[in-house]
Amino acid sequence: MIPELGHFSLILALILSLVQAIVPMIGANRNRLALMAVGRPAAQGQFLFIAFAFGCLTWAFITSDFSLQLAAVNSHTDTPLIYKITGVWGNHEGSLLLWALSLSLWTVAVTVFSRNLPEPFMARVLGVLGWISAGFLSFTLVTSNPFERLIPAVAEGRDLNPLLQDPGMIIHPPLLYMGYVGFSVAFAFAIAALLSGRMDAAWARWSRPWTTVAWVFLTAGITVGSGWAYYELGWGGWWFWDPVENASFMPWLLGTALVHSLAVTEKRGAFRSWTILLAISAFSLSLLGTFLVRSGVITSVHAFATDPRRGLFILALLVLVIGISLALFAWRAPKLAGGGSFGLVSRDSTLLGNNVLLAVATGSVLLGTLYPMFLDALGLGKISVGPPYFEAVFVPLMAPVVALMVIGPFVRWKGDDVKRVLRLLAPAIVASLVLGVGIAFAIGHVTVRTVLGLTLAAWVLLGSAKLLATRFAERRGADVGTTLRGIPAAWWGMWLAHLGIGVFIIGVTMVNSLNERVDVKMHAGDSAHLAGYTFKFVGVADAAGANYDAARATIEVTRGDVAVATLTPEKRVYVAQQMPMTEAAIDIGPFRDIYVNLGDQLEDGAWVVGLFYKPFISWVWLGCLLMGIGGVFAASDRRYRRLAQREAAAAVAARQTT
Amino acid sequence: MRAEVLKRSVRSAFSAVLFLVAVSGPALAAEAEPLANDPVLEQRVMDLSHKLRCLVCQNQTIAESNAPLAIDLRNQVREQFAAGKSEEAVVDYLVARYGDFVLYLPPFKGITLLLWLGPALLLVAGTGWLAWRLRSRAKEAQSAPHLTQDERARASALLSGTPNSSEEPRS
Amino acid sequence: MKAKFLVPLALFLVLVGFLGYGLTLNPREVPSPLVDKPAPEFRLATLAAPDTEIGLADMRGQVWLLNVWASWCVSCRQEHPVLMQFARDNVVPLVGLNYKDTRPEALGWLKEHGDPYSVSVVDADGRVGIDFGVYGVPETFLIDREGVVRYKHIGPVTPEAVRDVLLPKIAELSRAS
Repeated sequence: MIPELGHFSLILALILSLVQAIVPMIGANRNRLALMAVGRPAAQGQFLFIAFAFGCLTWAFITSDFSLQLAAVNSHTDTPLIYKITGVWGNHEGSLLLWALSLSLWTVAVTVFSRNLPEPFMARVLGVLGWISAGFLSFTLVTSNPFERLIPAVAEGRDLNPLLQDPGMIIHPPLLYMGYVGFSVAFAFAIAALLSGRMDAAWARWSRPWTTVAWVFLTAGITVGSGWAYYELGWGGWWFWDPVENASFMPWLLGTALVHSLAVTEKRGAFRSWTILLAISAFSLSLLGTFLVRSGVITSVHAFATDPRRGLFILALLVLVIGISLALFAWRAPKLAGGGSFGLVSRDSTLLGNNVLLAVATGSVLLGTLYPMFLDALGLGKISVGPPYFEAVFVPLMAPVVALMVIGPFVRWKGDDVKRVLRLLAPAIVASLVLGVGIAFAIGHVTVRTVLGLTLAAWVLLGSAKLLATRFAERRGADVGTTLRGIPAAWWGMWLAHLGIGVFIIGVTMVNSLNERVDVKMHAGDSAHLAGYTFKFVGVADAAGANYDAARATIEVTRGDVAVATLTPEKRVYVAQQMPMTEAAIDIGPFRDIYVNLGDQLEDGAWVVGLFYKPFISWVWLGCLLMGIGGVFAASDRRYRRLAQREAAAAVAARQTT
Repeated sequence: MRAEVLKRSVRSAFSAVLFLVAVSGPALAAEAEPLANDPVLEQRVMDLSHKLRCLVCQNQTIAESNAPLAIDLRNQVREQFAAGKSEEAVVDYLVARYGDFVLYLPPFKGITLLLWLGPALLLVAGTGWLAWRLRSRAKEAQSAPHLTQDERARASALLSGTPNSSEEPRS
Repeated sequence: MKAKFLVPLALFLVLVGFLGYGLTLNPREVPSPLVDKPAPEFRLATLAAPDTEIGLADMRGQVWLLNVWASWCVSCRQEHPVLMQFARDNVVPLVGLNYKDTRPEALGWLKEHGDPYSVSVVDADGRVGIDFGVYGVPETFLIDREGVVRYKHIGPVTPEAVRDVLLPKIAELSRAS
């Protein structure tokens, strides 16, 4: 009964999404306030129905209702409660519902936090979001109904894939989807702008916080996913350039470009058509990612069970959403005037330069991801494009982005003097070159990649320090507290996010240059040595979990006479699927991780143990964390709230005068 | 691996631990043997394996995968390295049997021309467009009439967002 | 409408064309580079008689099929009736390559399900399988009189594959010369 309620509720949500898609749009065109006002309640009602449907599905999983096909395939009575809940989105149908839920959550957020927008504009934004929601809800209902019954019911479920029974699964998909789907708001703002012909600084100011928040979610989602891969896959890899990872990375790259080009559009009125195109493209790449994951046109470790009918449906959706918006762009964008002018050396030009480079990098990742399919479609054979290709292409493209990123904030808007900027930065340039080469020699790993990485990292760190010093110097005389309060949150956001890039580069460079690994055969009592640490294999004991049996090894790690950690890697066999899994144990430290996994037992009783030393690996995620925090600061700038209040007041005044 | 087998082996290992501790104490502790007889060779094998695709897996290198074919191929690589073959020779051996599909780093040839040159072409197109845009913008900036102090002040007031600068005309 | 603003739309439409066509393709099927190349040399013991060895040279002068199979392979069971029918029709010799299997289990499997093979050879360590570029079982190779691989079928052989692809190709190869 409950699944049927959920199903019915989803159908009602679809109807409401169509109302939200059509009525406010007509209202905006005919300038009828009553019709425009339908958007908000329709969006909010739709959210309630989708949330109820999601709740019904979750209930079926929690109560192990195996008359529901989805629960029977993805759950088990012995599964821990938390993984019963996360099992809801550990499959194609449920994750689509999560997609729809997060879209309606964003829509409701827009109705609540953007009250001050002019009604016709708001109506168009909601209309666009309504169309997207209608598309995905009908996709869910027609090809991927999560409420499909299984008659007769089975006594026991098949359990969730053990790889997904992990804390990472609790937050990774929701964060990632909030990010993916969040770009739909920037997209809807862009389409509403094209429809209404209104693309001024105010438009950019309205879009900015939404775009930044979506970007923060996507950053967090990718970071958590990468951290999950790091400890779950058992050998410490954290990024594989898998097509599905690329599918989330491409919107991130373009989203990064969008966040910056919106800044220019707001401050200087420039790059307007470019900003609109980026807003359309970032969300289009999110949709493309959805297609790649669910259609089966590419092979990936993450792909869902695929079905060509689903692929066709999403492709049709892609053509409608992206095709119409790009056609609209071709029609309306030429009417946008150029905006403010700026000189060759100006902050505007550094931002545009990095925008172009980020777009080129995105294009290259897209090319590499889809190239095997292009060749196959043309009948020219099958090839693989993997990490070595992407690293060879991506690193040279991103190095100038990082270099330029540091320069940008020192350059004045509109136009600046090259000599002034060079004088300001010359010491940092020299110092980072010296540091890059020097540290590479000091750690005894002098390769092009290491020197480049260390130089760039030093450049970012020194540049950030200099930027902070300059900011303080501007207000000489004032005490520190006043100065700190005087700096807007958006500035801190920029500073932290850029600093995060530097920290990230340190992590990547150090772990790639200096990581060590050895696989050893260990009997109880044996010791092994790696990177100055001693690993003593104490023994192996039984350890059973709720739905798995495990062998748990105990390994004592010491350095000299100092005890460092006791690590307990496991080898698990999940009962329902009879699937073996390794569960690595990690001692996380600020400057190194010690990573241990347990392999098979050999015939002579010894166990295969993998020992890894990973210097600075946590800096990779620390860098991402700083970027995310930077985004939060940027989105929370008081300016947006103040302006919002002022605009709301003005809107009220305008209404009173008409 | 089946659960019972695992459990049995776990138990025997555990009793071995008890035995060792009870009878001989930690004196027996020895330096663990590396899994590979020749760590240098193993490093070469793993380095190459990280660039080779496991054909039966979804999208994994033969270094990461434990599929039987991946293990076989790793063994092949190891054997051939041990026999003194060069990396090129081993790669040629695999490509002759499985095609370019096994290589994660696609070779530079006719059909991959666009793959390898594409990013460079994009970069040239992007920077070319950028240069053109910047030059035309810079010219505009030079030809634009200089503002008086007063105009400048008004302009900055407008830019900082006074209400009437951003209001849509209403009916 | 300026032309440059149409560029994104045009690029997107090209992409959609490829994606749509991509839906009809199977990205996991890897074509063999061995097609139209001489089959790899091998010399292996037969399954029935461990003392007898058979090699590529013994098959020279006739068109034949090499079918890679194993008793542990689930989809081999699926294609088995098709192979049995093929053997009854007595078109060309069907040689089995028993891949990474044990002799007793392989013999037991043939006893239980029937033996369609003119002869089966034993590739216990999978070495010959690697030479043939085998990556999943079952796979079937069509080899001509000169010992050149002419076609590779990946996955279970279906009656349609026999009727529409294998038989016409066999007929063509038999007519030639």
